[in-house]
Amino acid sequence: MEKVFMKGCEAIAEAAIRAGCRFFAGYPITPQNEIPEYFSRRMPQPDVRGVYLQGESETASAAMLFGAGATGTRSMTSSSSCGISLMSEAIGWMAGSCLPVVICNVVRGGPGIGSIQPAQQDYFQATKASGNGGFRMLVLAPSTVQEAVDMTYRAFDLAQKYMYPVYILCDGFTGAMMEPVVLPEMMSDEAIAAEKKKNESWAVTGRKGAAKGKRIHCGTRHGIPSTLEEKNIADWKMYEQWKIDEVEYECYKTEDAELIITAYGVSARISRSAVDILRNEGYKVGLIRPIKVHPFPEIAYEQLDYDKLRGILCAEMSIPPQFAYDVEAVVRKRTPIATCLRSGGEIIERSAIIDAAKRLYGDK
Amino acid sequence: MENTILIGGIGGQGVMVFGQLLCYTAVETTDKYVTYFPSYGMEKRGGTSNCYVTISDDPVGAPKAEKASYVVVLADPAMDKFQNTLLPGGTMFVDSSVCTKKTHRTDVDVVEVPAGEIARELGDARVANLCMIGAFIGYTQVLPPEKVLATAFKKVGSKRPELNALNEAAFYRGLEIGTAARGRKKDAN
Amino acid sequence: MEKIYSRPAGLKKMINGYCPGCLHSAAGKLIMSVLEELDLLEKTVMVDGVGCCASNHSYIDIDACGSPHGRPGAVASAIKRCSPETIVVTYQGDGDLASIGLAETMMAANRGDNISVFFINNANYGMTGGQMAPTTLMDMKTSTTPYGRHADEHGYPMHMCEVLNTLTAPSYIARVTCIDAPNMRKARAAVKQAIQHQLDGKGFSMVEFVSNCPTNWGVSPLESLKFIKEKMLPEFPLGEFRNR
Repeated sequence: MEKVFMKGCEAIAEAAIRAGCRFFAGYPITPQNEIPEYFSRRMPQPDVRGVYLQGESETASAAMLFGAGATGTRSMTSSSSCGISLMSEAIGWMAGSCLPVVICNVVRGGPGIGSIQPAQQDYFQATKASGNGGFRMLVLAPSTVQEAVDMTYRAFDLAQKYMYPVYILCDGFTGAMMEPVVLPEMMSDEAIAAEKKKNESWAVTGRKGAAKGKRIHCGTRHGIPSTLEEKNIADWKMYEQWKIDEVEYECYKTEDAELIITAYGVSARISRSAVDILRNEGYKVGLIRPIKVHPFPEIAYEQLDYDKLRGILCAEMSIPPQFAYDVEAVVRKRTPIATCLRSGGEIIERSAIIDAAKRLYGDK
Repeated sequence: MENTILIGGIGGQGVMVFGQLLCYTAVETTDKYVTYFPSYGMEKRGGTSNCYVTISDDPVGAPKAEKASYVVVLADPAMDKFQNTLLPGGTMFVDSSVCTKKTHRTDVDVVEVPAGEIARELGDARVANLCMIGAFIGYTQVLPPEKVLATAFKKVGSKRPELNALNEAAFYRGLEIGTAARGRKKDAN
Repeated sequence: MEKIYSRPAGLKKMINGYCPGCLHSAAGKLIMSVLEELDLLEKTVMVDGVGCCASNHSYIDIDACGSPHGRPGAVASAIKRCSPETIVVTYQGDGDLASIGLAETMMAANRGDNISVFFINNANYGMTGGQMAPTTLMDMKTSTTPYGRHADEHGYPMHMCEVLNTLTAPSYIARVTCIDAPNMRKARAAVKQAIQHQLDGKGFSMVEFVSNCPTNWGVSPLESLKFIKEKMLPEFPLGEFRNR
C-alpha cells in the first residue's frame, strides 16, 4: 500500500470519507480547522458526492449532525474543547435518540477558551460527561496519525454496530502533526447505500413504504419509543457489555516490569520512547496504553503483579490530572501512583517522564 | 539514529515549507519514521513560526523534540528562542542576511548562509528558503539533494512554476555553501 | 351524503393535549390537510421545536424528528441536504424560533435551505408557564414581566417575518392567523404556498401563525381571539411579505 504524508486532521477527514461518511457539519476552531476545510474540498468531488455544511456555531453544527444522523446517513462533526462544550447539547440528544454518528475532539487547552495549543485537558468530558444525563460513549484515543486514520475508519462501524455516537479523543498534537500513513480502501457507493438501507427501519426520510410514523427523539431506541427509564436501562446494559467486548489497550514491555508508565494519546508515544531509554539503562519499566479510554481498560491494571511492582507513573497533558483518577480507582492503593503532568500547551518532555520514573523506581 | 531538526523564523519566510520538503522527501525516498509538527502564534502574518522535523530509524516519541540535532534560524526571534534547544555538538544554520544576532553557544557548529543576499542577487527574494534548504542538505547529507529538489518542484513548483529555475539556482548555491562547511568541519576534526 | 370535511389523515385519531381553545390544533390541522392534499404524507419529515410544539409529534402520523431547543432550522437543513427528495418542515414556537434559536432560524433562511418553517407566535412561553417571549407585546404581563413589558428593560416585540424579509435568500414569507374562517382559508393557502415553494426547489419558506395562549393569558378562548384581533394583529400585521 502506498504511504502518504498527511496532517492528522486531514488524515482523519479522508479516513472518514473512505469509511462512507457523507455528511459533515462543523464550525471553525483551532486546532481542527483542517478537518472542515478538507471536507469542504472533498465532499463535492465526483468520487464522494457528500454534504458539507458549515454551521453557524458549534451548537448548530452538532444539531445538523443530529439531523443528518436521523436520516441514517454516515455523518460526522469535529471541533475542539470549548467548541465541544457547545456541542454537548446535541451530543446528549444523539445519545438520547441512539443515533450512529461520529464526533471528533481535537483537544486544546482549557478550561474555557484555554489556549489554541495542544492538550489532553478534556478526558473527563469525553469519558464521563459529554452532556447531561449520564450517558457514555465509546471513546477512541489515537496516539499516531496512522492510528487516527484507523480509528476514524472503525468509528463509523462501531457507531452503526451499537447505534450510538462514537467519540474520537484526539489531542491537538496528533491533529496537527504530519506523519506517513497508509489510507484504508474507499468504501464503494454500493456498500454505502447498503449501510444506509440498514437504517431504513428507523431513519426519518418520510415513510417511503417502511414503518409508519417513525420517531427520532430522546427516549427512542432505534426509532422505537419506550419509557425514558426503559431506554436508559437498555443503554446502561450496553455500557456494561462494552466492558466485556470493547476494552482495548496495549501493553509494552510490561511482562517483567517493576514500574509501569501509563498514558494515552500523544503522551503514550512519548512514554514509550522513555520506556526504551529506561530499559537500555537497566530499569525494568513497561507501558500500559489505553487505546479506548472508555470503556476504561481496568483489566490491564488488574492483571499486574502488585507484589513486585514499585509503582505506576501516569503521564498526561492535563493539570489537574484526570486520566490518573481512573488509574487510581482501579489500582486502589495497591502500589504508589505518581504523575508527570504538563498543561497550557506545553508538551510532556521525555526527560521529565524518565526523571519521574527513576524517582518512583528507586534503586535498580 | 534519530535526526531532530528545528526550523524557526517568522510567518511568511517558508519555515513550514522547509520542514515539509524534508519530510516529503524522506517519506518518498527512505523507510524511516518521519514526523512533522508545526507551531505558530495567533497571528496569521508576521508572528513567530517554527516547526519540528524528526527523521528516525525507530518509531518517533515526541513530535516536538526537547533537544534538536539541527536548528535552522531564519530570524532573530528564533535565535533567542531556540539556540539553547540545540544539542551540544549540533549544528546551527543561520540566514546571516536576515539575522543580526550571533549565538552565545560555543559548543556547536554554526553555518552562516547569506540566503537573503543570494536570493536578491539571483533576482527574487522568495528563493532564499531553497538556498537555506540547499545549505542544510549539503552539510547534513540526510537526504539526496536531487530528490529534495524534485520534491520542491512538485510541491512549490506546482504553485509557482515560474520560480523553478531560480529556486534550483538558489538551492545549488546553498548546497555549495553547506558542502564546503561540512568539509571545513571534517578538516577541523 | 357527500363528505365535505373530515380529520386530516396525517393526524392520529386521538384527542390532543393542547389546552382548550389553543390554536396549535388549528395550525397543525391545516398543515396536515395541505400535506394530505398534495399527497406528501409519506414523503414528509416534521421537525418539532421544544415547548408546546414538541407535543405535536404525539398527534401526527408522519415521520417526526425532535430537535434541541431552537435548533430545528439546523436539524431540518441537514435532513433536507441528506435526503433532498424528502419534504422537510419545522414546527416551532416563538421562544424556540426567535429567542434561543434565532441564529439557527436566521442562518437557515440566509442559506436559503429548501425547508418550510411553521412558526407559532403566541407572545409567551406556553409550556413553561407563560414567561416573556421575544414577541411579547408592550405592557403585556407575563410570569417574568409581572409589571408588564417595558421598553427600557425588555426592548420591543420582535417581528420575525420582517426580520427575515431583509435577507436575500428566502423564497416565501407570510404571516397568517386562525381566528376565523376567512383567515383560516388564507392561512391554509399560505401553508400550501410554502410547501409548493419547497416542491419547486425555491428555497426557504416560512409561515408565521399569530396565535393565542388562553391559559397563560388568563382569558377564555373567545376572549383570546378578541385579544389577537385587537392587540396582536396591529403589532404583527398579516400578509405575504415575500413570494417569488
